[in-house]
Amino acid sequence: MTNEELKTHLLSLIPQATFVETGEFLEIFIHSENILPLMKNLKDDEKTQFDYLFCLTCIDRISSFEVVYHLLSKNYKHILVVKSTISNIENPQTETVSHIWKTAEFHEREVYDLFGVKFINHPDLRRIFLEDDWKGFPLRKNYSDPNMIEL
Amino acid sequence: MRGLIEEDYTTQEGEFVINIGPQHPSTHGVLHLKVWLNGETIIKVQPHLGYIHRSIEKMSESLSYRNFIFATSRMDYLAAHINNEACALAVEKGLQIEAPPRARVVRTILAELTRLSSHQLWWASTGLDLGAVTPFFYAFREREAILDIMDETCGARLTQNFLVPGGLMADIHPNFQKRTKEVLKQIKENFKEYDELLTENVIFQNRTKNVGILNKQDALSFGVTGPTARASGLSCDIRKWAPYSAYSMVEFDEILDEGCDSYSRYMVRMKEMRQSVNIIEQLIDNIPEGDFQEKTKNVIKLPKGDFYQRVETPRGELGVYIVSDGASSPYRIKYRSPNFSNLSVLPELAKGCKIGDLVAIMSTIDLVIPDIDR
Repeated sequence: MTNEELKTHLLSLIPQATFVETGEFLEIFIHSENILPLMKNLKDDEKTQFDYLFCLTCIDRISSFEVVYHLLSKNYKHILVVKSTISNIENPQTETVSHIWKTAEFHEREVYDLFGVKFINHPDLRRIFLEDDWKGFPLRKNYSDPNMIEL
Repeated sequence: MRGLIEEDYTTQEGEFVINIGPQHPSTHGVLHLKVWLNGETIIKVQPHLGYIHRSIEKMSESLSYRNFIFATSRMDYLAAHINNEACALAVEKGLQIEAPPRARVVRTILAELTRLSSHQLWWASTGLDLGAVTPFFYAFREREAILDIMDETCGARLTQNFLVPGGLMADIHPNFQKRTKEVLKQIKENFKEYDELLTENVIFQNRTKNVGILNKQDALSFGVTGPTARASGLSCDIRKWAPYSAYSMVEFDEILDEGCDSYSRYMVRMKEMRQSVNIIEQLIDNIPEGDFQEKTKNVIKLPKGDFYQRVETPRGELGVYIVSDGASSPYRIKYRSPNFSNLSVLPELAKGCKIGDLVAIMSTIDLVIPDIDR
């Protein structure tokens, strides 16, 4: 599908979604509550077949968290970027997609470790790089390390 | 770490748990595998990472767009040039400039030399892991010659740091073409020795054939890329899917294999080395004259937005994701490293294998630990 066709298709699924088309890929912005049905649909629908999640990460936007999913279809070769906004910054959480794409299991653990975003129903949500008793989440913009010396 | 060691030690009758690593020769770095065993059969593997986590992503947030490139040399240190290339291309994408033809061709040649030297080190260590010591010396003979070329042109053997946004840092050394051609000639002759030593070796074949079966669906679902995925018949070569630098100018084959086992992964890499030689041979006499660097401002600022660049490293797909807010350093940077995803499939592969096979599986996935931890 071309970007225009993808956009029409996605609007029929989620009418309230917004899009950004200025970048290299088509980006769709949704609220994190809608993530699971949309992702299932994108993977299973014959028309989209997004079977390869090639990047999953998170951005700290200060007033919210943005979980970014880069999706590719091996069959149609189209790419879509899904940006899901989590507005609760006190206790950020969203549904896991690790049962849809297994690669998400490790990537979500990384996001949990460094951003503190909890993934509901994740099979094994532990810190992946840092020690279990590490305090805070280093990739957050407001993180400060008590042992760090300012130069 | 205490928490990790003590949790769920509930084993069935006859089962026990051993820890491989973090300091173990077969993990090629500081990777810690917790293995549940019944006799010699593996029930479950749990990787523990982070022993060499240097938070390169966080560091990059405070470095300029010129400087952050060099931090990535320390990720996949066997393919430092290709990491640099990914970052340089991502910044160029943001600036909407393209490196001059001369720079693009030289980048491609250096990238393929890197791929050759990386695959040679992999070949050497695979032999070593499976009990063959001799391949190590054979592989390092050619690898040294390649690293000498790198040293002469880039000024460093492993962490080349030769690229800047907009092109190359300096022009190539006058000897570059002559020496590369000499090395290629030598390598082509020596492929025969490689095959005689290891590929056709019966003990090696018994250790790797039908060991660690990775089917195509799992490879796709786990995001496995590179030779590991291509040995399961999954087409994923970024050089073909989204050509960058000079890859659209050359003809080469994407090596696919349907074997799905460790031996297929071995064969894919062996054939890929020949393709790399093929690519360099097409380019080495056709390096265009002209500038090696596009002019850029002293302080590079990217426009607001997201920029994603995918490249093919010797181990798979590396993605550099830059989120810019218009400042002179990135707002957020993410490296989608190939080894991180390739490692996630290891527990699936090792299930039901013997503990000796775990070494064969790990060495044919070709893990580089600093790239996993970043």
